[in-house]
Amino acid sequence: MINRGYYGEFGGVFIPEILTTTFDELVEAFEKVKTDPSFWQEYMYIMSTYSCRPTPLTFAENLTRHFDGARIYIKREDLNHTGAHKANNVMGQGLLAKRMGKSRVIAETGAGQHGVATATMAARFGFKCTVYMGEVDVERQRPNVFWMERLGAEVIPVADGTRILKDAINEAFRDWVTNMDDTHYVLGTACGPHPFPEMVSYFQSIMGKEAREQILKREGKLPSRVYACVGGGSNALGIFSAFLDDRVELVGVEAAGEGLDTERHASRLASDNGSVGVAQGYKTYFLQDRDGQMKETHSVAAGLDYVGVSPILAWHRERGRIRFEAATDSEVLDAMALTIRKEGLIPALESAHAFVQAFKEAPDLSADDIILINQSGRGDKDIFTIAEAFADPGWKEFIQKKGNEYGA
Amino acid sequence: MALEMVLRNKLKEKDILLMTHIVLGYPSLEDSFKIVETMVDSGVDLIELQVPFSEPIADGPVIVRANQRALQRGATVKACLNLAERVVRKFDIPFLIMTYYNILFCYGVHDFVSAMAKRGLQGAIIPDLPPEEGHDYLEAMKAYDLAPILIFSPATSDKRMKYLDSFGRGFIYCVARKGVTGADTNFSTGLDSYLVRCRKASSLPLAVGFGIKERANVDFLRGKADIAVIGTETIRKVEEMGVASVGDFIRSLSPVNTNSLGGVEAEGE
Repeated sequence: MINRGYYGEFGGVFIPEILTTTFDELVEAFEKVKTDPSFWQEYMYIMSTYSCRPTPLTFAENLTRHFDGARIYIKREDLNHTGAHKANNVMGQGLLAKRMGKSRVIAETGAGQHGVATATMAARFGFKCTVYMGEVDVERQRPNVFWMERLGAEVIPVADGTRILKDAINEAFRDWVTNMDDTHYVLGTACGPHPFPEMVSYFQSIMGKEAREQILKREGKLPSRVYACVGGGSNALGIFSAFLDDRVELVGVEAAGEGLDTERHASRLASDNGSVGVAQGYKTYFLQDRDGQMKETHSVAAGLDYVGVSPILAWHRERGRIRFEAATDSEVLDAMALTIRKEGLIPALESAHAFVQAFKEAPDLSADDIILINQSGRGDKDIFTIAEAFADPGWKEFIQKKGNEYGA
Repeated sequence: MALEMVLRNKLKEKDILLMTHIVLGYPSLEDSFKIVETMVDSGVDLIELQVPFSEPIADGPVIVRANQRALQRGATVKACLNLAERVVRKFDIPFLIMTYYNILFCYGVHDFVSAMAKRGLQGAIIPDLPPEEGHDYLEAMKAYDLAPILIFSPATSDKRMKYLDSFGRGFIYCVARKGVTGADTNFSTGLDSYLVRCRKASSLPLAVGFGIKERANVDFLRGKADIAVIGTETIRKVEEMGVASVGDFIRSLSPVNTNSLGGVEAEGE
């Protein structure tokens, strides 16, 4: 393997020997499709006929008036099929897996969005599908588990470790080292060993390409700032990728959970708690103790509740190209409530992190400034978490009634 | 004496050596010491000491759980190295460290290797560190005259086996099959031809691990490999029947070492 996927000192391929051949084959297949115009054509055809590409760019007129500063635009990845940007990556990797002659796909999932997207792709392409999901996430994202199973996927709850996203990734790797001959691992974010960070960013870059064109067409100029939430980093890299060479400030927003001064957050780049390490096959900033043992993380948004972060983002932080901020659980709920009421948009809890930071900065910018927020997914999947966070009395009563019905 | 020489000398007396594996700090640090003692008394030839890691990606459920419990019970890297030092001093067989790369990386690769050398450890197995990523580690191991144990798998090409062998010292660890530690292995002709490929690619002794559970498995390897590795099964025995059951299990694998003449054999040397 010549290109081991380094971005500065981050990235690499730290894998057990048994997977070396599998990764060599994957790198080769990916390199081939990157230079094959027919592949991208097929990809675009699927994304525009099976999903909703190009997704719209919405001018948030009411929020703009409310903050009385920058003009606010929202990239609507929530309108993708399955409700999030995850479909962009999954359909791309699905096509690649088909070309590689695989008959089965596996995936990890945190919030469940990537799992649902993978199960959907598997149903459409005729792959067998297994999704690994931490027990904690199975609990908090039950509706997505329901849909994955309806779509024909086997959902395996992971009881090891901290029982969230990172543990699901470990379990997916363990499956892969056993079944790599017929199985492709559809990693859901721009993390893991090379070529995953590059490959996932490649498929997600479609968001940035569209958004850049759309804003130029609408406003005749580029935005001053672009905001995206950062879990593993795939939606951020996807939207940022088109603006890297422009004079556009890029802002990644991590999960501050209960606060960066507590132990309960998932901020690897914006807090002082992250340090460089090697786990899950790659080198990046992790939340770990001095021995190198991974710590527990926390976020109200399961999709951001991850201990590592894309090596590409770690590199962009190091070189000062992307600024990193963090939003607390309670700030996220406030931003979400405001967006729902003002614009009739329901961002996912993950995406709402980006809204928090944009709302903090919008009033200080002028009406000549444009800011762009990536709404990476829709929030209706989070109804249980959100209803609980808002302490909605009518919802509670409904659940109790339903519970009684099932219990009877 | 360098690890390979120690093994070669032992191989003059036995046709197959036994290597066992334990997770340091599981069920507790004190129990780990006792398990090592029992293993040595039962005729084990070398032992890999796993420093627990929170993300043991190459391990199956039994060892994963042992890693977690060890960490919960305070098996810090420092405590593990201290325990390693104790067993090296007490028992006259080679000991290796097995762990994942982040443990070395966070400790400082050079410092960790130097710490192993100071404590009299003979080598290390780092399953998530291919030589392409392991330049600092391999340099340090060379500088301290320790054996970096390289790993072959059935998916490894002949060409890559040669490449891996060029960095290996002590012995080569041949993973018997795909998958993680602890699942069943089919001891078959497929394994035979794979071991022939391994033998061709390396002049170092060959250790075979993953899925060895009983004497028949060890017997299968006689004449085809030099070291049989018992990993998960001892931990499973500890889980099911306690620390005391380890001795009987190890003795059942290789009666040559432990028949009624065993005492004489052991004392005679």
